[in-house]
Amino acid sequence: MKTTPNHLFQRYGIYGVLVLLVIVLAIVSPVFLTGANIINILRQVAVNGIIAVGMTLVIITGGIDLSSGSLLALSAVVATSLAHPGGHGAGLAVAAGIGVGLAMGTVNGVLIARQRLPPFIVTLGMMTAARGLALVYTSGRPVIDLSEGYDRIGGGYLLGIPVPVIVFAGVAVLGGALLHGTRFGRYVYAIGGNELAARVSGVGTRGILIRVYALSGALAGLAGIVLSSRVMSGSPSTGVGYELDAIAAVVIGGTALSGGTGRIAGTIAGALIIGVMNNGLDLLNVSSYWQQVAKGVIIILALLLDKTSSREK
Amino acid sequence: MLRLTRISKSFAGVRALDQVTLEARAGEVHALMGENGAGKSTLMKILSGLIVPDEGAISIDGEELMMTDPRDAQRRGIAMIHQELSPVPDRTVAENIFLGKEPCYPGTGFVNRGAERRAARALLERLHIDIDVRTRMRDLSLARQQLVEIAKAVSYDPRIIIMDEPTSALAVREAEHLFALIRELATRGAIIIYISHKMDEVFRLADTITVLRDGRTIDSRPARDFTADTLITAMVGRELAARYPKEEILPGRVSLEVSGTGVHFVAREGEILGFAGLMGAGRTELVESLFGLRPFDGGEIRIDGARVLIRKPVDAIGAGMALLTEDRKLQGLNLKGTVKTNTSLASLAGYCYAGGWLRPRMEDQAVDHMLQYTRVKTTGRHQPVSGLSGGNQQKVLLARWLLTGPRILLLDEPTRGVDVGAKAEIYALIGELVRQRKTVIVLSSELPELLGICDRILVMRGGRITASFDRADFSQEAILSAAMNE
Repeated sequence: MKTTPNHLFQRYGIYGVLVLLVIVLAIVSPVFLTGANIINILRQVAVNGIIAVGMTLVIITGGIDLSSGSLLALSAVVATSLAHPGGHGAGLAVAAGIGVGLAMGTVNGVLIARQRLPPFIVTLGMMTAARGLALVYTSGRPVIDLSEGYDRIGGGYLLGIPVPVIVFAGVAVLGGALLHGTRFGRYVYAIGGNELAARVSGVGTRGILIRVYALSGALAGLAGIVLSSRVMSGSPSTGVGYELDAIAAVVIGGTALSGGTGRIAGTIAGALIIGVMNNGLDLLNVSSYWQQVAKGVIIILALLLDKTSSREK
Repeated sequence: MLRLTRISKSFAGVRALDQVTLEARAGEVHALMGENGAGKSTLMKILSGLIVPDEGAISIDGEELMMTDPRDAQRRGIAMIHQELSPVPDRTVAENIFLGKEPCYPGTGFVNRGAERRAARALLERLHIDIDVRTRMRDLSLARQQLVEIAKAVSYDPRIIIMDEPTSALAVREAEHLFALIRELATRGAIIIYISHKMDEVFRLADTITVLRDGRTIDSRPARDFTADTLITAMVGRELAARYPKEEILPGRVSLEVSGTGVHFVAREGEILGFAGLMGAGRTELVESLFGLRPFDGGEIRIDGARVLIRKPVDAIGAGMALLTEDRKLQGLNLKGTVKTNTSLASLAGYCYAGGWLRPRMEDQAVDHMLQYTRVKTTGRHQPVSGLSGGNQQKVLLARWLLTGPRILLLDEPTRGVDVGAKAEIYALIGELVRQRKTVIVLSSELPELLGICDRILVMRGGRITASFDRADFSQEAILSAAMNE
């Protein structure tokens, strides 16, 4: 009874849009559907996609994380500084990068869950502070000259697939399993739907919220490692605005900013749509200025679409 | 003269109003009575343009109205004062009164704040309301906000004013002020449609009483032709005993002992213990304290004789308690979730492998079984819970708690906003629970309900338990007088 065309469209429309986009680009550009180009798209999407998975959880709780881009930079400089040739191995660098994201994310979570501060403000503060820390740590200069092991994270291949793509896929699968297959995931939805009701039902809402922001921070840290290793430098000014790209992917993927609904698969589709579009416009020699306009229009279209299809009853 | 003729309205196939007719003359206070779910609110929403009826007609002075929007009603001189207020808290009284019709300097969009203040002051003076129009709404008591809200309605110079339980937040003295105001408005020729559950108010104020029951007009006569008894019979339609079937179950040993400041009581296995009291008497606060939702200062809780420490809801659930909260939408349901996710929320730990991985089949089986047990009418566990009727939503919440296997159930207004049929099912369910030797504590503002189903009733006033009645000694008058300050 509830499978009206509108419902189907709301739930699966975003995948349709992605397929349509791919078909159109395949027709207009002979290069688009080549293996090399697809790999290229996936590699470009990976960083945004990794952040967007964490962002999805945050937004489902009804919150927002504006600090992702800065935490990415902080993680990048910390990790690269530990990855000098002849220094420690890549393992320590990776652990430190993720750890710094995790720690800062936990700070976000504690302030939001325990002090009841609004997520927008807390993470806005963290965005500024973490960027500052990255600059302080490096005196504003990018860290270059990295060890070979670290290079391979962003530049290496496994079975012909770039490592960043594998990391992204792993994060997406684990994120989806966590959100859709565990008690924790169920509580994330419950908090976004009605936090008070969740609390009355015995859900430890604070602990869940802290973990959600910690996870978002850790994934931003992971993205920082992938990115810095791909470009072979840890720059304190990298990742500016990446949180907004991640939010865009989440929103295009059908997750409402008001919380309580959303799916990881939608977010992946949203990230892919952004990536495919950028790539397609590149292939068509559209200027990057116009690409930015197109991205903005897509975000707003996605919202309009979502709104008109959910207004039916 | 206002005339509502043969108004019918159905929601999702359920008939809320069935050929309802109502007539009110200019200058009269017309009370609309009926139980929760009788259709009063729906009828008034139709009259104020919020809902379009399926059939029927509304006319004022013989002129038929077509209203599809609250603004249509406003233009026709119909004003509604809602049970829930809707002030803009950080704006002043004057700004709230003139919201949407601010006096402006001619030809500009700039508000003439001086004129606004003067007009507001004149209005309040005319209504004998003594409030400084420069006060922020936030700084007024609920009762005084209510008066401002009424002044706002009057500022449209309406011919018809609908008041839905206007005294529910007022103290006695403030209510007196409101009554004088209502009388005065009626004297000036307005029609006042007055919805209230309080008999004494209705008999004091109303010229005419119309009684609705199950969506139909049952009776409409001058108020003096009614007595309290005939009015209740008209509203209820059947004897109390028939509405509240009660099985005799002998309460067993003490399961719950509570002692705190002003609140000492025990509850037994197989017992239905009622809590009566006026709004704000502290009943909800008490059960929330028991459940770890607010601190229970200096209080002690014993279950089966053993002291339990409850600091958060999960402790209470672990101790075998369940709390059906007063406000279904605010504290109960996740309206964005499905029937399933709402039902299993409090007992998810029971359907998990180690590490928190859900066992979907186990969860589905438990949910389906409980939905059947509580007789939730749903198209399936994946239905959005927002699509259920109030009664079925309430049963989903009961199912949620029953899945935790509680021994002591705290039910705060278990039948509020629930239709008659679902009420009966909830009572039957409560009966079934005490037969299983569970302890059921019911908080209700409907005294007949408590009288009907409880073994014992405790009365609260000002945060304290002031009286206790065994079923043999139940008397509406005695309980009411213990609840009020006498």
